[in-house]
Amino acid sequence: MKSFLRDVAIVASATFETPSEPSRNEVEMLLPVIHDALGQVGLSQGEIGFTVSGSSDYLQGYTFAFVGALDAVGAWPPIRESHLEMDGAFALAEAVAYLQEGHVDTALVYAFARPSRGDLDRTLSVQLDPYTVAPLWPDARGLAGLQAQAMRDSGRYGDVPDVTPTYVGDGVTAVILATGDRARELTKTPVWIRGIDHRIEAQMLGLRDLGSSASTKLAGEGAGATNIDEAYLHVLYPHQELLVKDALGLDRQPVNTAAGPMMVGGLERLATAAKSIAGTGKRAVATATSGACMQQNLVAVLEGAAA
Amino acid sequence: MSETAEAPGPVTIVETPIHLDYKFTPGVAQSRFLRALERGEITGQRCPKCQKVYVPPRGACSMCGVATDEEVKLSGKGTITTFCVTQIPSPGLVPPYVTAWIRLDGSDITSMFLIQECDPAEVRLGMRVEAVWVEESELVPDLGNIKYFRPIDEPDAEYETYKDYV
Amino acid sequence: MTEEVLVADHTIEYTYTRSTGPMIGAFLTGLRDGKIVGCRGADGRVIVPAVDYDPVTSEDLSETVEVADEGVVTTWSWNDRPLLGQPLDHPFAWALVKLDGADTSLLAAVDVDDPSKISTGSRVKARWAEERVGSITDIAAFEVV
Repeated sequence: MKSFLRDVAIVASATFETPSEPSRNEVEMLLPVIHDALGQVGLSQGEIGFTVSGSSDYLQGYTFAFVGALDAVGAWPPIRESHLEMDGAFALAEAVAYLQEGHVDTALVYAFARPSRGDLDRTLSVQLDPYTVAPLWPDARGLAGLQAQAMRDSGRYGDVPDVTPTYVGDGVTAVILATGDRARELTKTPVWIRGIDHRIEAQMLGLRDLGSSASTKLAGEGAGATNIDEAYLHVLYPHQELLVKDALGLDRQPVNTAAGPMMVGGLERLATAAKSIAGTGKRAVATATSGACMQQNLVAVLEGAAA
Repeated sequence: MSETAEAPGPVTIVETPIHLDYKFTPGVAQSRFLRALERGEITGQRCPKCQKVYVPPRGACSMCGVATDEEVKLSGKGTITTFCVTQIPSPGLVPPYVTAWIRLDGSDITSMFLIQECDPAEVRLGMRVEAVWVEESELVPDLGNIKYFRPIDEPDAEYETYKDYV
Repeated sequence: MTEEVLVADHTIEYTYTRSTGPMIGAFLTGLRDGKIVGCRGADGRVIVPAVDYDPVTSEDLSETVEVADEGVVTTWSWNDRPLLGQPLDHPFAWALVKLDGADTSLLAAVDVDDPSKISTGSRVKARWAEERVGSITDIAAFEVV
């Protein structure tokens, strides 16, 4: 694992999640959550050095929703901003990299989604290979089932749980990052990001070993995921917990899993891990996953400085 | 595929249709805006920080990043801040026709509407215009309730009053 | 007064026209002609469907290899709620199928009426669509042999 040029910490976060948000649009969901996170460390939006978000317009069927969502951050005078069509955890990785450059000391990372507006199982099929897979409209749950069966057939996991229906939830998460002394100024309990890495596997399902998660394993090695006290795993279906634990070598540690809203759940895992270990001196691993059958995986190692 | 059974060349192109169905909701602020249109009214929302009035309201001030909830009713009159004369036919429109950015009185943002009941050669920056609505019986929660804008008999607005919106 | 938030049916629909590239083109041309075409990867293994670049080394691939339209299920799942656009409108199994002569597997629907009738290792054979146009849907489904 390489060391960072500048230490980066999670200094605040806020989240909102509901099975289905009937009324508010993305901006209306984001505003109170972003203000909550900023308020925890007494920052105004103008003081944020870099803003980056993760979302997918397909989920709510609103094109350029990620541009519209900027209404929630007050992008004037013009701000430094970026967006990923991925879970917000990957946006956080981009923010960590951006903060290494040294131009700015703080970052706002957020993610939002309202998949309850469509049929998530169908929507997710548009991320598949458009020539030989997507025209079959495979549902996300069915693909996850292929993964669960491959795990059963491998005989390596004991009882592999059945695939549950694809979790549909609406929500937003916002995380504030700060570097070194700025983080210590903003909070007595910064949670330092000691390592973060993400890896992607081939798109073609038939080329992958679905009975293990090579990308999680490599990302875990890259992030230095050893000596872990607690784990916060982004798991979309119950069997995936076994895959992630296996890839990261987690055996005795307490494990806390959640799916969360698509594109939000991974960032939410990082935020929850940070809240849980803030001020404790503990080390936690948090993961995020994206794509069919966990095609892309992110691993972050967090350390809550003792209060 | 365009190839026929007689002369099938290699496949080089595929068509991949996407069809996704949603139950779309525009959010709280825009729903209120659309409900007002259904009553034949144009409403905006004022930013509590910079006092700008947005039409249509989106529930937030995009410059300040704060929620907007003070409702403001507008008259439906406005000023042309820039425009374009189109010479190409478009469904339902006979060229030449005029599309203009209009700053509605009392608002701080411009919106695009058609200008009709007017010779395109007469349209100019600063021209005062008003909304022409569909019949009351035809009102629905849709911006299409406003058919177009037409000139009104008022002196042109001074450039200073709309220069920030050109 | 709290006004009810409006809800509208909203459909996003678009037909992308994509150029195939030589190897995916060969695979789709094969389907139109009732054959399944893969390609030889840099390490010698046969990849189905054919791909333009080696998945490990990124090298251009150009050697096509025809494989059988019959093979073995390498993993599967039961789909009790077929969705719009899927190959069959009644419950069926999704499966990765390693065709005879191939070293990788292809995602396909297997037309069985009950999950007890399929398992990893089942032999399956393609049932071709009546009209073939050069699309993955030219394979209507696989059937257990």
